[in-house]
This record gives sequence, C-alpha cells and structure tokens, in this order.
Amino acid sequence: MTTTTAISYNFAYLDERTKRMIRRAILKAVAIPGYQVPFGSREMPLPYGWGTGGIQVTAAVIGPKDVLKVIDQGSDDTVNAVNIRRFFQRTTGVETTTRTTEATLIQMRHRIPEAPLAEGQVLVYQVPVPEPMQRLEPRETTTRVLHALAEYGLMHVKLYEDIARYGHIATTYDYPVLVNGRYVMSPSPIPKFDNPKLDMNPALQLFGAGREKRIYALPPYTPVESLSFDDHPFEVQRWDEPCALCGATDSFLDEIITDDRGSRMHVCSDSDYCQSRQQAPAGQAAASEEQAIA
Amino acid sequence: MYVAVKGGEAAILSSYELLAEQRRGDTGMPELSVSQIRGQLKLAVDRVMTEGSVYDPELAALAIKQAAGDLVEAIFLLRAYRATLPRLGTSVALDTGRMQLDRRISATFKDLPGGQVLGATYDYTQRLLDFTLLANEESSKDGARSEANASVAPTITPRVVDLLNHESLIETHEVPAGDPAPVDLTRTPLRFPADRATRLQNLARGDEGFLLAMAYSTQRGYSHSHPFVGEIRVGSVELELAPEELPFTISVGDMELTECEMVNQFAGSKTEPPQFTRGYGLAFGHSERKAMAMSLVDRALRAEELGEAIEAPAQMQEFVLSHSDSLEASGFVQHLKLPHYVDFQAELELVRKMRTSQKAGAGKQATGEQP
Repeated sequence: MTTTTAISYNFAYLDERTKRMIRRAILKAVAIPGYQVPFGSREMPLPYGWGTGGIQVTAAVIGPKDVLKVIDQGSDDTVNAVNIRRFFQRTTGVETTTRTTEATLIQMRHRIPEAPLAEGQVLVYQVPVPEPMQRLEPRETTTRVLHALAEYGLMHVKLYEDIARYGHIATTYDYPVLVNGRYVMSPSPIPKFDNPKLDMNPALQLFGAGREKRIYALPPYTPVESLSFDDHPFEVQRWDEPCALCGATDSFLDEIITDDRGSRMHVCSDSDYCQSRQQAPAGQAAASEEQAIA
Repeated sequence: MYVAVKGGEAAILSSYELLAEQRRGDTGMPELSVSQIRGQLKLAVDRVMTEGSVYDPELAALAIKQAAGDLVEAIFLLRAYRATLPRLGTSVALDTGRMQLDRRISATFKDLPGGQVLGATYDYTQRLLDFTLLANEESSKDGARSEANASVAPTITPRVVDLLNHESLIETHEVPAGDPAPVDLTRTPLRFPADRATRLQNLARGDEGFLLAMAYSTQRGYSHSHPFVGEIRVGSVELELAPEELPFTISVGDMELTECEMVNQFAGSKTEPPQFTRGYGLAFGHSERKAMAMSLVDRALRAEELGEAIEAPAQMQEFVLSHSDSLEASGFVQHLKLPHYVDFQAELELVRKMRTSQKAGAGKQATGEQP
C-alpha cells in the first residue's frame, strides 16, 4: 500500500473553502449538542449512503499528524472500511491503524469500538438518516418545528405502542437518545448495545449525514440518555455465551454461520478488541474474563 | 462471505481489474474513443451533462466511457469532478429569445412568428429497426442531407408566451426588486419550503426517469393540469460574462439548450383573473423529454402559490425535491449492499425474543392461564 498523496487533489480531497464551510457547521453543532446543522454537502467520489457525511467531516478535521482508524460494523477489514481508509491514505498520506487506543481520529459505521475512548480522540459517525422522527413524520418542515418546541410526544407514542404490542420496546438499533436534556437525536444505526457509550464520553463525537446534508455533534462529557419509561427502563442486548475466539462476555457478538446445516458461533463484532484480547498474555485475558463473569 | 475478516483490500484491487476488463470487452474489437462517444452518442452526452450539471461534452463522453454506458454512474463521475471546481464568475442571464434555432415547435398555434422548425427528432420516425446500421453502414437516406441541414438564420424569435402576453392572457413574472441571486443548491442545502428558483435548480439536476414518471402522474389524475406545449425550442445560445471591472459583457461561447414552456389553464382566484399559467423546463443539449417533464412538474409544484389543493405526490415539494436526485437515490438504495450484520444481528435477537414470548403466551392460553 502506497502512502504517497495523490498530487492532483487537495489534502484530504476537499478544497480549503469547502473544509472551512464544514468546520463552521461542526462548530455550530458542537455549540448546540444534538441539533442538526444543515451544511452544503458535496458530491464525493464515493456514493451517497456509503459514508459521504462521515468522509466530509473526517476530511474537514483531519491533519497530517492524525492517526486514522476506519471501521464498518465493528471491523477494520470490511470492504467499505478498507475503501474509505484507502481513500484517505491516497489523499492525505496520514498514518492509519486498526488499534482503537492508537487512533486520534476514528470514522465508523454502525458500531462504537468496545475499548474505552479517551480525551483528545475524535469519533466520526456515518449517518444515513439524521432525523430520528423521519419514519414517523417524513416532512422536514414539521420535524423542524417539533425539535424547536422540544415536542417529542410522537417518539414516545411510538415507543409506547411497541410496549403495548410486544411487551417491550422493539427498536434494536438507531435507538433514539435525548441529548443534554434538550434534543432527541439519532445515534446512527449502532446497536442499542452501544448507546451507553455515547453518554459522558471523553471523546468528541461528530455525526455526518452527506445525502441528507446535516451535521450534528456530542462534545466531550455530554449527558446522553436513551429514551425509556419508568416502568420500562432502557436495556441492552445480552448473549448467553462468550465470544468463541477471545472469550469476551462484555462485547457485541456477531453470529457466524459455519456450515450449511445451521451450525453457528458467536464472535466479537469489534475485530480489534477481539484480536487484542487473543494476543494478550493468557493470564491477563483469563483474569479479565473472570472479572467480567464475576 | 465477501466481508472476509481479512483480504477486503485485495478483493477491491482485483475488482478494479475485472471492471476494467469488463469495460474494455473483446480486445479483438477496436476500442471506443471518447471523441466517438461525443460525436455519435450525443443524446447520452447531453443527458449526462444536464444531470451532471457541467456543460462539457468531452468530459461527459469520458464519463460515459468510464462508466461503460451506465448513464447514472457517468452522471455521478461528472458530479464528483464538479464538486471541487472553483466558481470563477456568474454569467449574465441567458436570453433564449436570441437562440439560434435548430428546432422549434408549438402545439398551441398552427403558425406563429418565426415559424415552426421540425429539426432533428425521433418523433415522426417509424420505430423500425434499421438493419443497414447493423451491417455497419450509414443509413440509405443520407442523400438529402445538405438541404435539410440548411440552418435557420440567427434572428430574434419571440417566445410563444410573449405573444400570449400581449393580451395579458398569461401570467408574467417580474424580476424581483434588486434581482437577488438565486440559492446555489450545490453550495447551500435544500430547505423547505423552497422557492421556485431553487426548485427549478433541483429539477434541472433531477433524474429524467423520476421526473418523467412524476410528470406522467399529473396527466393521470394525480393533480389536475391541462397542459399545452406552448413552445419547445432547441438551439445554441451565447453565454456572456459581465466582469465587474469592465463596462461591457464578454462572450465566452455558445451552449446548446432545450427549453420548454408549458402553458396551463388556470380558472382564476380571488385576486387573479382566469388566465394561463406557466411551467418551465430547461436542459443542456437536446433533451426534450427531460425539459417537458421538468416543466410539468414545475407547474404542479406551484400548487401552493396558486392556491390549489395539494393532494398529489407531484404537488408535494418535499416528496418531489427530496427524491429527484439520482446520486442520492442510487447511493442510498445501493448502500443496502454494504454489510449490515450488526443491525441484522440485533433484529435477529429481537425476532427470537418475540417468538419465544409468543410461544409462551400460546402455551399459557392453551392451559387456561391468565397472562
């Protein structure tokens, strides 16, 4: 893999005026946590719906000293993650990594890394549908008013109807959250398992929706609460078995079908987390496993 | 499993090679050149320029070649190229009244000043496959060309709508005070409600197939319109710049355009007398289907302004404008090819949980227990 920058395009592809426009939108988003800021999203060399919002945010904030990690569905090696990482390698030449702890900038789709994040790290989310109420009310003119009035009855009714029908809330990913007690926000289609990681996270979390042309943000240490009812508190998914590869009991597991007779195993969706646990000295992994079980 | 734990990068690089091979096809055949595409697939080039929002036949032809003839993909390539181009200036508003006409038809008047010019059109061809083209020869009817090609003298040809205007039978649009610059949709995101200039920009870039279907729906009872083609004109118009530091305008070249003015009956309202209203369509090159569809949809979208009930999809701004862009639509539909196994895993757990509780519920009912 070459790390030379493609000469014909500006650093990180976008021209500087476009980056400045995006940075202004990001600053506004940081100032009003959870509020969707419209921005002049550009046509990127990757298709809409494939992470163009995240790519534009990353392009606007990345610097030559950044260390970039890109994941899709928790993994650094899925084709879309590889493609986006190659895009930034070609256009910036920055160092890339798969290690969550070593990255300064992490662009991701559908998962938050399992390893805790630190101050100074920036997480960039790829967002398909920034408006949490779009499925309930497709007209943006109306949802804008609902946000302005903090009128979220519609969302609560939807969650209540789930309970009335199924006995529990039937939203498993893209589970809506209330940010800083003010705006209801889509956390992007992460599993609700990841929702608690949004809350009071020391890292800066930026959300980019390219096709829908919106940016929003969670500054470090922002309170983020998953919507729930007193008698139906928010719950995350649990598995009955540990990861088949590293034995983790605290991570989100993917089901892998291993043959055509329906045999399956469960492994960590976060490939970096799983590999670091497998590479760690046996005693240490076992100890943390015991801890987790206890 | 294409999201193999390792090897995604090697797979992508191999895919590039396969794609290049597929595009090139049989190497025993001569390679298609960009100038051939530009010269002989003009209508494809025109569509790519229109929806790609760049008037550059050569780059559009290159995009078509690179996309192996997939026009939506070619439009994407051209748009991505366009996205980072600087804005050098703003042209003077085009005067299509001074168009050098290749074609001009009106369905509302049999004869009119400037006349009807049929020009090049598929309209009156009998759609019979021409097997002489299959034999790789020019069509047999090449003889009469020089006479048909005699170009129409460049004069000012008044627009049909201007003729109607002499009787005040058609609405007019005054230039608003101060002639404010329109929103640039490629720089400012679309927000609702959108004004007409913004809507027209969106429609001009919109997917031809989508607009055609929306326009068609207005003819089948989904919104009531009684449209007439006031005029379609195809030809070249001079593009001029007016630099601030110069007291005159500079011509920067000619561009070929298709313009459609649709005329619609309007019963009048409390403030307006009965008259005709207008729908407008404009496209690069020779793109009649696009320009006509655009003008019908433009008129339908003016429902609110004209006090008409908004009942049909073609009248709903958010419905039409949010879904017209082929890049947005194609990208989001096709993103479903990306791995979704984390979300699917979450759904799998949910369905299992719901089945378990349903079974438990059924068991209880069978034994007469209350849940």
